[in-house]
Amino acid sequence: MRLKTGGQIDRSTALRFQFDGRDYCGHPGDTLASALMANGVRLMGRSFKYHRPRGVLSAGSEEPNALVMLRSGGRCEPNSRATVAELFDGLQARSQNAWPGLKFDALAINDRLSNFLTAGFYYKTFMWPAAFWEKLYEPMIRRAAGLGAITTAPDPDAYDKGFLHCDLLVIGAGPAGLMAALTAARAGARVILADEDFRMGGRLNAESYGIDDIAGADWAAQAVAELASLPNIRLMSRTTVIGAFDHGIYGAVERVADHLPTPPEGKPRQILWRIYSKRAILCAGALERPIAFANNDRPGILSAGALRAYANRWAVSPAESVAVFTNNDDGHRTAADLVARGVKLAALIDTRADAPHCPGVELLAGAQVTDTSGRLGLRAITVRLANGQARKLKVGALGVSGGWNPNLALTCHQRARPLWDDAIAAFVPGPDLPSGMAVAGAATGAFSTHAALAGGAGMAMQALADLGMTGTAPDLPRAEDTPTRITPFWHVAGNKRAWLDLQNDVTVKDVKLAHQEGFRAVEHLKRYTTLGMATDQGKTSNMGGLAVMAELTGQSIAQTGTTIFRPPYTPVALGTLAGRFTGREFRPTRLTPSHHWAVEQGAEFVEVGQWLRAQYFPRAGETHWRESVDREVLATRGSVGVCDVTTLGKIDVQGRDGAAFLNRIYCNGFAKLAVGRVRYGVMLREDGIAFDDGTAARLAEDHFVVTTTTANAVPVYRHMEFARQCLWPDMDVQLISTTEAWAQYAIAGPNSRKLLQKIVDAEFDISNDAFPFMACAEITVCKGCPARLFRISFSGELAYELAVPARYGDALIRRIMAEGAEFDITPYGTEALGVMRIEKGHAAGSELNGQTTALNLGLGRMVSTRKDSIGAVLSRREGLNMPDAPHLVGLRPLNPQSRIPAGAHLLEIGAQMVAANDQGYLSSACYSPCLQSYIALGFVKDGQKRLGHKLRALSPLTGEDVEVEIVSPHFIDPQGERLRA
Amino acid sequence: MHDLAPLTPLGAPAPHCDDIGPLRIAETPDRALASVSARLGQEAACKTALGALIGADAPDIARYTGGTPLNSFWIGPHSWMLEAPYAGHSDLAARAKARLGDCASVTDQSDAWARFDLTGEGIARVMERLCNLDLAAMAAGTARRSVVAHIGCHVIGHDSAHATLYGPRSSAQSLHQALIMAAKSVF
Repeated sequence: MRLKTGGQIDRSTALRFQFDGRDYCGHPGDTLASALMANGVRLMGRSFKYHRPRGVLSAGSEEPNALVMLRSGGRCEPNSRATVAELFDGLQARSQNAWPGLKFDALAINDRLSNFLTAGFYYKTFMWPAAFWEKLYEPMIRRAAGLGAITTAPDPDAYDKGFLHCDLLVIGAGPAGLMAALTAARAGARVILADEDFRMGGRLNAESYGIDDIAGADWAAQAVAELASLPNIRLMSRTTVIGAFDHGIYGAVERVADHLPTPPEGKPRQILWRIYSKRAILCAGALERPIAFANNDRPGILSAGALRAYANRWAVSPAESVAVFTNNDDGHRTAADLVARGVKLAALIDTRADAPHCPGVELLAGAQVTDTSGRLGLRAITVRLANGQARKLKVGALGVSGGWNPNLALTCHQRARPLWDDAIAAFVPGPDLPSGMAVAGAATGAFSTHAALAGGAGMAMQALADLGMTGTAPDLPRAEDTPTRITPFWHVAGNKRAWLDLQNDVTVKDVKLAHQEGFRAVEHLKRYTTLGMATDQGKTSNMGGLAVMAELTGQSIAQTGTTIFRPPYTPVALGTLAGRFTGREFRPTRLTPSHHWAVEQGAEFVEVGQWLRAQYFPRAGETHWRESVDREVLATRGSVGVCDVTTLGKIDVQGRDGAAFLNRIYCNGFAKLAVGRVRYGVMLREDGIAFDDGTAARLAEDHFVVTTTTANAVPVYRHMEFARQCLWPDMDVQLISTTEAWAQYAIAGPNSRKLLQKIVDAEFDISNDAFPFMACAEITVCKGCPARLFRISFSGELAYELAVPARYGDALIRRIMAEGAEFDITPYGTEALGVMRIEKGHAAGSELNGQTTALNLGLGRMVSTRKDSIGAVLSRREGLNMPDAPHLVGLRPLNPQSRIPAGAHLLEIGAQMVAANDQGYLSSACYSPCLQSYIALGFVKDGQKRLGHKLRALSPLTGEDVEVEIVSPHFIDPQGERLRA
Repeated sequence: MHDLAPLTPLGAPAPHCDDIGPLRIAETPDRALASVSARLGQEAACKTALGALIGADAPDIARYTGGTPLNSFWIGPHSWMLEAPYAGHSDLAARAKARLGDCASVTDQSDAWARFDLTGEGIARVMERLCNLDLAAMAAGTARRSVVAHIGCHVIGHDSAHATLYGPRSSAQSLHQALIMAAKSVF
């Protein structure tokens, strides 16, 4: 119900929202929880295991119970905490984990079967028969378990990631955080103040007491206003700091638009920030812990501080008549506030026999709540009085306070262990905090407002001093300074189930069972019972579980210890972690200078690394990609074709020792390469395995251009830089990538020279005599455009690669096509390129696969023995040079039209398909339109001596089984006459 | 003069320009670039010669030096990028090599990079969505290498209202999209 007055809500504005299809009204400033409470709704969900009715427990992000599905369609977000869901007009929420409905849930039968569903029942019950697990048990359990249902629709919203920097990060904007931020910001420090609430102020917004002569909430608003006026502070409300990482780096999630029906166009819904801080002050406050007693999970049973917060901040109460059950003085504050707000208080039940008197309230000192009743919401509680008599009180709500735990999760994200403080019966931050972090306020266990203000100011002054800045200690405002008085009390003894972990349905009995069965260490207890393993990470439950275990083992709670705290502090949506770069934007795309031209030609593209390469260029009437590829191959071999090879890596190598450097990088000789010549080279890894192949062109005595495969452009550059900087720092060599700088085209086919002669400026003679195979030159084209020409061939044809500055790539390809029209020039893509190199027997990525040596590739003699080079020594290992070492060979099916599957393994005909009979494998396969046959390259044991031998090529994946003959890998022009023509 | 028409890194005859809120994101293709790396043992000589070339001290680590008309920024140990208007300096590398001689290796980088200039208010707010550099605190004349939206870039801060990004030319479209997206996210 909504109280008649008060609250930090705008009663003049009504916000309509739906819960489980019913219409309700709330106000700006409400959360979904407070608005539902105002409308008399206590039942908001069903529990995880027993499907028990559940309502709100807390007023913050620690909420384990009031979990709902927010929004609909692609925006549907399950397991959302109603206590932090800011109300907006049109909000839709549904309850979860209940079927067919919240009030009648068929799976509540689990509650009746609770004796069988104790901790560890999975492990005991579903052991046998083993075959049932996959087929029956697991599907059944999966259907029954879980909370909300994930949507399968794509999320229409965007999520950003970002980076922030500050001198001081203040985490939490309660009294300690506000005072810390004021102190540091007034001194000119660059401050970020982050708070998970949409209204800064922390508990000041939830309390009735004042600071100086004004309400605490008003003081907080004034402080925020002053901070907002300063240019050196960034106020980040709706921002949860989720993790403390190395070197003062914090993760934070800012909910930019969760309070809106949909984010504005182009704006993110949430931002995942990485905050780089020089210092941080954690002012995360404290979390109230419950007391376990029989049936303490009914809707209407809240933590006492939450009950007080709902009354003071949101002007709501879950019921007209309430009671408070406490073991500390803070519970008395709740009782007093409720009375002051006009709520009928049935009794204040205090476990302490010497509990102080509370004016205007019936105090039941030395009493305990022993049971509750009410199927879908609390109707009554049973109290055992100090004299042993039982008394039943009809109440619709009960506030429970077992004391407050400093909220120290972030202090432990780097494995710090907290310390036990008897004075407050709680753990407090230990000395080994994350580097640069300090803690202030209730998070240290100093619970009074004065202590929080003083702590915040003090820690900020310390941070300023650490940063070498000068600040002025502020005059602290007057505030309450009540001492903490508590007598630890964890659970009411009894035989009925008393809940510790409300989200995972873990009871005191479960902890006792874990103890009985030997799972006594806290980490074992956690995993055996699932205590604290739900999305709330046990914020309200862990301490109770530890205390019960300590009681059972006879150890102190300090000796029992805590489980490890890990980020994120609160659940983070996967979309937030993914950020903007998903789907097609998952990684950057690299486009060649003539990409748009290729698009105009209708090219199909394939991703190679980040590059988009034209795969083939379909023409009208072609219905299958192979028609296009066959045509491109035949046209190139018949006249001339052009292929964009810009993507090949290009590394500029300069320096007096350039030649000597390449001589060590490549396994074959480069020291004597003449200026104006190109050489094919193979690089080995240190272990002797082939790394990459390509060419190096010598443009001047001290200037080379190394080309690499597309995929290995970066690894080869990195490898060469490592060698230059670390292996041979005494060599005069300078490297820089020029892959991006040049647009490069392969022009291949018998008419390629004739075509080029129309483009290359007349002063450059590219006749076979003047510019033979493996020549290179810096030239000009098209009347003066600087260019580089290399006479190299991947296709096996007379071929050239022509490079121009990237800005002219588009114009050059158009010119090549125009000038080549008389030769019926054909653009070809990577598929035709692949077919032609297989026909020619050239190795590519499928052969340079990290398992093959130069010997395997048929290039063994390239590994020079007259010099040292990377990998040369280890390439001579005995294991790599066995008599049956695999060799690269060609393979042809006996029936030319039988497809050979790439990846197939080779066996002797008649041999059983087992690994021991393996003779090798196929690395590349294609249909050769020139040979009108399928062909392949592969590695066969001692293959070069077995030409003419017949084998079976089997693919266990596709089921194909083809008889093949071992042949030379050079299917086309084995003597190389074409490329030298 | 040859008759091949150039395209900008974004693939159009003319540079692209977007105004989003107070920020202008402009493709700036009219810059010639050449990398300069000192030869072994010539580090001091190279730095001196580079300074003479630009008419100012060669930039120190992570710094940018503006000259007339040549600018330079540091890109690595004993390595710099030389920058000049493309018009009149399309042969920047050759001219630089002629001046620097054997004390440096010089490579033409004019077409290796796509340049975007961010001008106006809110540059730091946009860039904080894209890279981990602290642009708000970056002193004028700072040149840093960083990853912007997963793309390796040079980021130069001229002043609070002007920053330059050099990203790989082939990724110009991805970089441009990321800049636009971030700006629209902020403004």
